[in-house]
Amino acid sequence: MVALAECFRGDGEIVANPIGTIPMIAGRVARATFEPDLMVTDGEAALVAGDEAFAWPGGKVVEYYNPYRSMFDVVWSGRRHVVMGATQIDPFGNQNFAAIGADYQAPKTQLIGFRGAPGNTVNHATSYWIAAHSPRVFVERVDVVTGVGWDRAAAAGPAATEFFDLRRVVTNLAVLDFGGPEHRMRLVSVHPGVTVADVVTATGFELATADPIGETRLPTAEELRLIRDVIDPDGMRRAELPD
Amino acid sequence: MISKQLHEDDVVAHLEDGMTIGVGGWGSRRKPMSIVRAIARSSLRDLTIVSFAGPDLGLLCAMGKVAKAVCPFVSLDSIPLEPHFRAARQAGSIEDEPWDEGMFLLGLQAAAWRVPFLPTRVGLGSDLLALNHRLRLVRSPFDEDVELVAVPAFRLDAAICHLNRADPRGNAIFLGPDLYFDDLMLRAAPTRRYISVERVVPTPELLAEAGTELRLRVARLMVDGVVERPGGARFTSCVPDYERDESFQKEYVAAAKSAEAWTTFRREWIDVPEEEFQRKVVQR
Repeated sequence: MVALAECFRGDGEIVANPIGTIPMIAGRVARATFEPDLMVTDGEAALVAGDEAFAWPGGKVVEYYNPYRSMFDVVWSGRRHVVMGATQIDPFGNQNFAAIGADYQAPKTQLIGFRGAPGNTVNHATSYWIAAHSPRVFVERVDVVTGVGWDRAAAAGPAATEFFDLRRVVTNLAVLDFGGPEHRMRLVSVHPGVTVADVVTATGFELATADPIGETRLPTAEELRLIRDVIDPDGMRRAELPD
Repeated sequence: MISKQLHEDDVVAHLEDGMTIGVGGWGSRRKPMSIVRAIARSSLRDLTIVSFAGPDLGLLCAMGKVAKAVCPFVSLDSIPLEPHFRAARQAGSIEDEPWDEGMFLLGLQAAAWRVPFLPTRVGLGSDLLALNHRLRLVRSPFDEDVELVAVPAFRLDAAICHLNRADPRGNAIFLGPDLYFDDLMLRAAPTRRYISVERVVPTPELLAEAGTELRLRVARLMVDGVVERPGGARFTSCVPDYERDESFQKEYVAAAKSAEAWTTFRREWIDVPEEEFQRKVVQR
């Protein structure tokens, strides 16, 4: 959770838009502690102040009306950092959550679709959250490129690279970035209790490694208090993450 | 004063096989389901559905009405994936034309503004350019090094949306958190623009119903017909009139498990007049 929150460090006054329960909590942690200028969504049509993530018993404090159409103004202006999920991701960070299988017109498994991934990745900062790090997710080649990776952006020319800013992948095991040769994925830190070998085994391609490989920091007492008492008092996080 | 009020079945009578139909709403939110059900019951076929899609597309897939899906995603929101759409896709029985969500906005906007395309960087580097055969690259006339994606106009043969209130002539308001792209859907169709609403009110009451001019976002010049249908979006949400019927949605999802389950669901909820659907749904 705090590794995800750390993704937003230094972002300043932009929309932090982590998608999914765990990333949403992490965005709130970042804003409540080290990145106070972030703006966050209520998951519907508003940007809201206040640290609560899912319920607003005291009422919502709305900072901005942000229906879906306005979100594209935010996306295309670049003032956003999204955290998306991925069903597949390759060494350069090309992401797939549209469909699995060789034939796109008759896929083995139909997933959500392209959603906003092509637009997000060429317009503003993007990171990924992978809840179950495995060789089925971390693959040499994705079946469909929805979110754009470093190699594909470079091949697509200046309009694709101008605002391209693919940053990190945070998983249940480790934190990775794209600091390897030619922007390949690189292991930056392992979470406490996880070994480098665990991560290598769970990755379906060769990982570059930082030197030295760090250990992901534990949450501070204040961060734990915020998560348990303020951001997610109803424990929505437990559906995805065991305590 | 001319009233544009009609029945769902009248809407269907204006539609033809092979048409491209835009559907308003988003995911499983404020979908014009009573018109979708009427289409599902009709003899219409080979439709192209343009939608930020949810059960509108799923239901029409399950009923064999869809030739092509033009969508950036298909989701039931509280249930992320749409099982009837997935079944059609995995059987290869429909053509899927993939889009990015923002690109979709541009396609509708281009049609609404009557220009052939709008440029964007969205799509560069992704597989959209390989899988969507209508997309093209276009060079900037101001800087020849810059190549962008040309999003073609989504010209619609018909558009259907569900709003909260309207007057008999088609001036309509949304009362929920988001208009979504309903106004653009209606503008992207030169003719056959139909809305269903929870309630028809006299024009002088529209503003009071809305509470603010900012909610008067559909003008009668964008609308050819108005269906008054309380509950017309069910089982999708239509706040503040009603929330999504989650238990009904689960039943709809479960009906995808077998042909038998679908037959039962269909007999009970689709192959019935809309008036009967509405009577039964409130008794659930």
